Amino acid sequence: MSRHSVPALLRANSQADRVVPPSGFTARLTVFSAGAMAFLAVFAMALSFATGRLADRWSQELARTATVRISAPEGQLAAQTAAVLAVLETTPGVAAARALDEAEERALLEPWFGPDLPLDALPIPQLVEIIESAEGFDAEGLRLRLQAEAPGAVLDDHTRWREPLVGAAERIRMLGLLAITLIAATTAAMVSLAANSALAANGQVIRVLRLVGARDSYIARAFVRRFTLRALAGATAGTLLGAIAIALIPKAQTADGFLTGLGFQGAEWLWLLILPPAAATAAFFATRLAAFRSLRKLS
Amino acid sequence: MIRLDNVTYGYGATELLSGISVHLQPGSFHFLTGPSGSGKTTLLRLCYSDLTPTSGQVTLFERDAKTLSRDDVARMRRRIGVVHQDCQFLDHLPIAENVALPLATAGRRDEASDLAELLAWVGLSDRAQALPPELSGGERQRAALARAVIMSPDVLIADEPTGNVDWEMSLRLLNLLVELNKMGKTILIATHDLNLIRAAKAQVSARVLRIRDRQIQLAGADL
Ligand SMILES: Nc1ncnc2c1ncn2[C@@H]1O[C@H](COP(=O)(O)OP(=O)(O)OP(=O)(O)O)[C@@H](O)[C@H]1O
Ligand SMILES: [Mg+2]
Repeated sequence: MSRHSVPALLRANSQADRVVPPSGFTARLTVFSAGAMAFLAVFAMALSFATGRLADRWSQELARTATVRISAPEGQLAAQTAAVLAVLETTPGVAAARALDEAEERALLEPWFGPDLPLDALPIPQLVEIIESAEGFDAEGLRLRLQAEAPGAVLDDHTRWREPLVGAAERIRMLGLLAITLIAATTAAMVSLAANSALAANGQVIRVLRLVGARDSYIARAFVRRFTLRALAGATAGTLLGAIAIALIPKAQTADGFLTGLGFQGAEWLWLLILPPAAATAAFFATRLAAFRSLRKLS
Repeated sequence: MIRLDNVTYGYGATELLSGISVHLQPGSFHFLTGPSGSGKTTLLRLCYSDLTPTSGQVTLFERDAKTLSRDDVARMRRRIGVVHQDCQFLDHLPIAENVALPLATAGRRDEASDLAELLAWVGLSDRAQALPPELSGGERQRAALARAVIMSPDVLIADEPTGNVDWEMSLRLLNLLVELNKMGKTILIATHDLNLIRAAKAQVSARVLRIRDRQIQLAGADL
């Protein structure tokens, strides 16, 4: 195996190369296909990274805070609020808890109801903001204790509406990875087809080589080397073009923009470096398999 | 060296050769003759494991041909030089590279220093850079002979090596083969040319095998 590994193949062996006549058309098709697939893979990768970042940001920003909403008849509101704060103070994982004052609640509601909201005249629930500590609290346990101490208190830890968003982002990311896998498989399939056509077109060459005592591995190497190098060249060009296209997407200011976030950040760019060798490896194994399968059929 | 025991072969349902037994001793010189289509090429192909017998046993260098792996067959063919009836070259490579091809495929390219000498031996020095399709029939056969002996094989099998050449060139090729035999190589030549056989018998003790009615006979003094 070691003699037929990818790096060993890349070392020049001009004689083994020359025994198979050059085939311009299949060669160009292979280079083109590998290039197109690498180009697509760049976008699938960018998609995966962008959704991954989005999911991370959503879960981080929302995980840190929670809210307790207390709705109670006028007279009990203050007492229940005090009870809630007392419970929170003794809850592990709660770093700080604070009841919002009237001005803050007004500020929260203003965008929806306008500045002239008669807050006193409405049964506005009291809001208590919770800042979690790093380890977080047990939401279910807290919910039960609040129910016992303050029946009008409802804990909203944001997981309920955060989870579907993060789930959707994770799903899109999985689809991106699936797309990359499919692209790799398609590259291998296309190289197989091209290799098979080259093997069929060179039946006479293969027969002569067998007759003069060439082993299957020698004959296969002539084909494998070619297709591996073609896939490498095509994928390198495709990756480069894909990277340029991604880099040229106009950047908008909004941090949350999903479309404008499509791309690579910092070290993520380095992942693109695996595309050309990955294509070459796929081509190597696809051609090897095709070559040995068709050689075994000959005498 | 090469031994066929009760070998039967047919391309389709009908048998072309049946119950053939031949033993090529080391250093022997055999001719194989018979009418066109009688199965001479077929018999030779059985001898270098290009065909597998329908029944019977082929033994090559003390090994049952049936037990040889594909790589074993490749290695074995480096010990049996073959001049094919239709020559079989790589048409996109010049003659010099075609002649050296067995060395290259065996990873022994460094020994190609004898190449020029070998090409001179078969009279092809000035055609070394020509492509096979640019050669005359006789030149192709001489190139095929050079390729067959470049690995200095133990056995040389030649299928109609003088099919395309005039009498003078036939004698030159025969002399090359006799020379090889005197160096200890086992020689098996398929030919129609009875004059060639007579000329050879004057120089070496050659045996003549004749295919008739799907069987092999040792031809006597009737030649
Ligand atoms: N690959 C093949 N498939 C089917 N039939 C074949 C094949 N090769 C040869 N034959 C047939 O087998 C018979 C013997 O062929 P072979 O080539 O061995 O004859 P030969 O004695 O060498 O003839 P020649 O003197 O013309 O070279 C012929 O009738 C031929 O048509
Ligand atoms: Mg013949």
